[in-house]
Amino acid sequence: MPPFFLKDNILTESKQIVHQHDLQKSLKRSQVRQKVNALLLISPLLLFILITFVFPIADMLFRSVENQIVSRTLPGTIEELSKWDDDSGLPSEQTYFLLAKDLKIAVENKTHTRLGSRLNYEMSGIASTFRKTGRSIKKWDIDQEINYKEKFLNIDKKWGNIEFWRLLKLYSPKVTSGYFLNAVDLIKTTEGISQRDETERIYLFLFQRTIYMSVLITLLCLLMGYPVAYLISSLPLKTANLLLIFVLLPFWTSLLVRTSAWKVLLQQEGVINDILVLVGLVGDLDRLQLINNQFGTIVAMTHILLPFMILPLYSVMKTIPESYVKAAKSLGANEWTSFRRVYFPQSIPGVGAGCILVFILSIGYYITPEIVGGTSGTFISNRIAYHISYSLNWGLGAALASILLVAVLILYYVYDKIIGIDNVKLG
Amino acid sequence: MALPVYATRLYRAWDIIFKCICAFVFFFLIAPIIVIIPLSFNAQDFFTFTPEMLNFQSEGYSLKHYNDFFTNVDWQTALTNSFRIAPLATLISVALGTIAAVGLSQSDVPFKKLIMAILISPMIVPLIISAAGMYFFYSRIGLQGTYIGIVLAHAALGIPFVIITVTATLVGFDKSLTRASANLGAGPIRTFLKIQMPLILPGVISGGLFAFITSFDEVVVVLFVGSASQKTLPWQMFTGLREQISPTILAVATILVILSILLLTVVELLRRRSEKIRGVSTE
Repeated sequence: MPPFFLKDNILTESKQIVHQHDLQKSLKRSQVRQKVNALLLISPLLLFILITFVFPIADMLFRSVENQIVSRTLPGTIEELSKWDDDSGLPSEQTYFLLAKDLKIAVENKTHTRLGSRLNYEMSGIASTFRKTGRSIKKWDIDQEINYKEKFLNIDKKWGNIEFWRLLKLYSPKVTSGYFLNAVDLIKTTEGISQRDETERIYLFLFQRTIYMSVLITLLCLLMGYPVAYLISSLPLKTANLLLIFVLLPFWTSLLVRTSAWKVLLQQEGVINDILVLVGLVGDLDRLQLINNQFGTIVAMTHILLPFMILPLYSVMKTIPESYVKAAKSLGANEWTSFRRVYFPQSIPGVGAGCILVFILSIGYYITPEIVGGTSGTFISNRIAYHISYSLNWGLGAALASILLVAVLILYYVYDKIIGIDNVKLG
Repeated sequence: MALPVYATRLYRAWDIIFKCICAFVFFFLIAPIIVIIPLSFNAQDFFTFTPEMLNFQSEGYSLKHYNDFFTNVDWQTALTNSFRIAPLATLISVALGTIAAVGLSQSDVPFKKLIMAILISPMIVPLIISAAGMYFFYSRIGLQGTYIGIVLAHAALGIPFVIITVTATLVGFDKSLTRASANLGAGPIRTFLKIQMPLILPGVISGGLFAFITSFDEVVVVLFVGSASQKTLPWQMFTGLREQISPTILAVATILVILSILLLTVVELLRRRSEKIRGVSTE
């Protein structure tokens, strides 16, 4: 608590004579104490957020470059390989011996299949080689055998493929840029970085689609939100508050409720198609496909994000004084000119805030595209989820998420410059 | 927005068009939410209005989807789980958040901007990224798939809301009140509980409501951090929507809409009360 004796009036009232020097010292001390107090109050929460939230994000960033699996599973082989000159033909017999030794341990710990699927991301077919080799090696008695090279080649010809060994050497470091390259449709091969085959290129296209759809959703929100925010801000407060309920109710309603509403409305047997058939716009047999495509995602997300456009617009428009537009009109401007030259420029901060907010929320959306997007209306976030829970290529999922995170943070930085994050208003 | 007498015909026409556009947007905002309410009373397992419903015949309506919600084990477990997770997560966010907000509101806190950015970050980072990170990290430390794991994750997600609402209430706080209290001999804790807390309570409660709703409505993080035994209401709805969509979802949705109307009312009342306490007039 701030020491009360510092208050000037209290000081003059008291008869104490305090030397200037003492006063300064005591002021300084109390300020330091105040700072320490404030930090002590903040620290539990800061610690909590660091552990439950910031570390996980850092962990994810780490996973996007982490590649310890190769050197951890085949430590001896990798060390021997580092001496190997990859232009001099296949590695030495000693390398094959160490490989057998490493794999024997790996098979016992069942880690060889994991290494196989890791390397399979870079060259298809490796996973089966590792599985096959694992099965044979189980029967081997290391140190008793000879001619390891031959034995390996007998299991799978891949072990005699120099490209395969080059790949193993290439991916032996503990840190790799492989996942990030993969996330932008590139591949790190033994001959350097190159584009993936046309059939395997999906991520740049997905990023593009995410941005394109988010821009479209943002523009739709602006087009629909601007008139409404203008109307609400120009009405008397009582009516305005009533109309704001129309904006706040969807804002407060559960995301899943709104998504299910759209799923129900847009179905082929749903309300919208029924009305269209009833009116006669479409035949009963060729009902429109409104869901499980881009259209579904765009409509549902525009609806969900519209309040995030209207609320910042409204809070800016509320502060624009009426007198400016009136002055413009009295100086001879017509409605359109006074709006375009006087009102609109003053509403720009709201437009900026609303657009950035909607865009940021949109590019990271997962639930709605997952439910109403089908295959053509999904975002990059759906792919991230796919890699984490289905393909189990966590590194790639983490790399995609890291790229998305950087994009969002840059946008928020811009948002902060324009509006200030502390000015976020709720409800 | 009454038109002035000198308005041109063109402007009058534009005014009508403008109001039509606004009406359309309001309709677009509210209609999808309203339409599911009558649909949830459908006697058939359809997602559209049956002829009986349109003719307002009583056999077209029934409570069977509500009945299903309240008797189905899956839905009831989900509901229970939601109510086991959200209150505890809210409690953690509110307790830690309020104390931190009091600290943050003091003058010249070092690294204030950085600290604020860290505390607000769970709101900024897209949920799918938070969920991915939490999934990786929580599996490392053995919290993945546990009740505690979800509670902690949800508490983290709710904290920005508590921080924002409580610091907003503290902006108008008269510091001389705490000084007066200290002057009269009250210790810092007593001052906080007796003087500061009652004044910022509306902000704390609305922050808590935001945190509660965040947890209660959250699905992405639960899907990743949770396991089947922590299935919450949104999770159940999500799987229902993705796999076999059953009309029970509409009954659940209707209940949730009513819940959000109630919450909206409470938050609005709290806002007014807070402004009254702080002497800021709304009108």
